[in-house]
Amino acid sequence: MNVAVAKTGKGRAVSDLFTSAEGRLPGSPAVVAVRREAFETYERLGLPHRRIEEWKYTDLRALVGEVLPLAAAPDAAALKRAADAVKAHAITGARKLVLVDGVFAADLSDVKALASEAGFGTSREALEKDAGLLKTASTDAVIALNAAMATDGVVLSIADGAQLSAPIQIIHIATAASASTFTRSQVKVGNGARATIIETFVAADAKAYQVNDAVIVTIGDNADVAHIRLMDDAPDAVNITSQFVTVGANTKLNFFNMTTGAAVSRLQGFITLAGEGSELLVNGANLLQKTEHGDTTLVVDHAVPNCVSREVFRAVLDDRAHSVFQGRIIVRPDAQKTDGKMMIRALLLSDEAEADNKPELEIFADDVSCGHGATAGALDDSLLFYLKARGLPEKQAQALLIQAFVGEAIEQIADDGLREHVIGIAERWLERRS
Amino acid sequence: MALLEVKDLKVRVEEREILHGLNLTVNEGEIHAIMGPNGSGKSTLSHVIAGKPGYEVTDGQILFRGEDLLEMSPDMRAAKGVFLAFQYPVEIPGVATMNFLRTALNAQRKARGESEYSTPDFLKKVREVSKSLNIPQDMLKRGVNVGFSGGEKKRNEVLQMALFEPSLCILDEMDSGLDIDALRIAADGVNALHSPKRAMVVITHYQRLLNYIVPDIVHVMSKGRVVKSGGKELALELEASGYAQFEDAA
Ligand SMILES: Nc1ncnc2c1ncn2[C@@H]1O[C@H](COP(=O)(O)OP(=O)(O)OP(=O)(O)O)[C@@H](O)[C@H]1O
Ligand SMILES: [Mg+2]
Repeated sequence: MNVAVAKTGKGRAVSDLFTSAEGRLPGSPAVVAVRREAFETYERLGLPHRRIEEWKYTDLRALVGEVLPLAAAPDAAALKRAADAVKAHAITGARKLVLVDGVFAADLSDVKALASEAGFGTSREALEKDAGLLKTASTDAVIALNAAMATDGVVLSIADGAQLSAPIQIIHIATAASASTFTRSQVKVGNGARATIIETFVAADAKAYQVNDAVIVTIGDNADVAHIRLMDDAPDAVNITSQFVTVGANTKLNFFNMTTGAAVSRLQGFITLAGEGSELLVNGANLLQKTEHGDTTLVVDHAVPNCVSREVFRAVLDDRAHSVFQGRIIVRPDAQKTDGKMMIRALLLSDEAEADNKPELEIFADDVSCGHGATAGALDDSLLFYLKARGLPEKQAQALLIQAFVGEAIEQIADDGLREHVIGIAERWLERRS
Repeated sequence: MALLEVKDLKVRVEEREILHGLNLTVNEGEIHAIMGPNGSGKSTLSHVIAGKPGYEVTDGQILFRGEDLLEMSPDMRAAKGVFLAFQYPVEIPGVATMNFLRTALNAQRKARGESEYSTPDFLKKVREVSKSLNIPQDMLKRGVNVGFSGGEKKRNEVLQMALFEPSLCILDEMDSGLDIDALRIAADGVNALHSPKRAMVVITHYQRLLNYIVPDIVHVMSKGRVVKSGGKELALELEASGYAQFEDAA
């Protein structure tokens, strides 16, 4: 225990985090046991730091220091603020599932409309039954902490052959300042199903909060899924998200992630292509300014032959921002004819911005086509001059070129309305530039 | 007051002096032609007037309606009414031409304290102008100049000129890369803009363009200076005898 106290550096015993929250954590006795074990794992490991290889560039001990106490369940005032935030961030036509400070808010969600097309429950309900939701194949400390502390989340199940008529938008809203939320959700997409799932992270006036989210996605065969994650948390917040994705055969998964918020963030994704003939498209855009730190760490595991993966990761870095991209492509011995490509492109708007890239190929099959590349550079002066010569002030000229750069990622979103929504978020990021 | 006055302008690029004391005065309503051999500094002059970075003005002045142009940012110059149709327009992938045109036009209007164009008014204006220049609408949906042929890029420059309605139009080799029909259409576009309030400076190697856009004054540039000025017959003279006679004068 003394060790743990020393680790926080702020005199608060790590286990207080758990014991003070335990009364609020859902779960049968079996679940409680799993949580305890997970918390012990976290206590033993502490927050990840730079000597842990996967966290080399994102030293949470240095960047975050300590995990804040669990946020209180939202009261009426918090829910009212959240309702306003939902209005501001809801995507037109989408079916909303809203989590406020880590707790599912039924009144703000479209459960009824969704019910006709997808199975829905909360993680709280799932955890009252068994601990299945808490199990993932990772010993990562932040994931263990999430398992120990998860208060709620959504459990979605899209039936075989279902063709969702509207996107589903999971909206995470923080209203509590200086507190942590832990959410864990599960999405199952059946064979031949077609769905668009959006995850939005925003604040409703909350400051300096911490989000630890985990999502477990299982997609069947012959499915077509668009998964869009829009992390626009408060500029002084922390967002650590872990995703576990398993893709079946002949399936198309188009994943898009955009980071426009949080002082410190990490998206760590573990995507396994587990069925032949599938196609994975990943487009990431980290828009960072001030001293923001944004990390995307993706492991794409080609477990079977004949799959294609395309990852393009973009970063726009202003001021003293720091972007990290770690991409690993694993090609298992059986996974012949794998076609896996990864591209990293950084746009540096300031000399003091920093980009750390770590692409890795772990190839155990011989008949594959895999590769990675990286480019980094400033805005093109001759293009800037052309725009200025046509009357655009410097900032506006830069904004057009930055939008063009990010636009190449956004273009990969097929739905017009959704694309406009995402462009709007990028534009607001541009307006925040000093 | 002259619209543009370039006085004893000396310009360096990377430690090398390119313009060695150039003088040029352009009044409202006038059409000037500048001719001169490759490398004589014509594009350099146009770039310095537009405010392109990388040029060091070591001496002299550029006044626009009496105001010091060199003190203004390029966007300010554009808002004041300076327009350069580039010899080599750049391609800007990902920036849709329509969006660019509207953003630029409204930025200029805003800088001048004028109200922004509404979308329908803007679209109407673009449609009119592009039609008169024979520019198909689907070209405007593409990225700025992306995949445009050489001639299409030049026409896009004239389109912008017509939209922005500047008071000083500098056309740097507008005729290069244009076929005969396109040249006539572009020249008609330029002529349509000509007004007593607007001046044109046409940089060209070929007398042919000046059959369409008839200059009041022709200048010969050589080695970073204007070495001779005269009427439109000077262009014909050059066509016949070349630049050799001026090399010594410079
Ligand atoms: N960025 C630069 N760096 C070095 N030299 C330059 C640069 N820009 C122009 N120059 C030089 O300045 C001189 C004048 O060039 P400029 O492009 O102004 O000529 P021009 O009269 O427009 O020629 P052309 O008829 O071929 O278009 C040339 O010798 C050119 O090489
Ligand atoms: Mg030239």
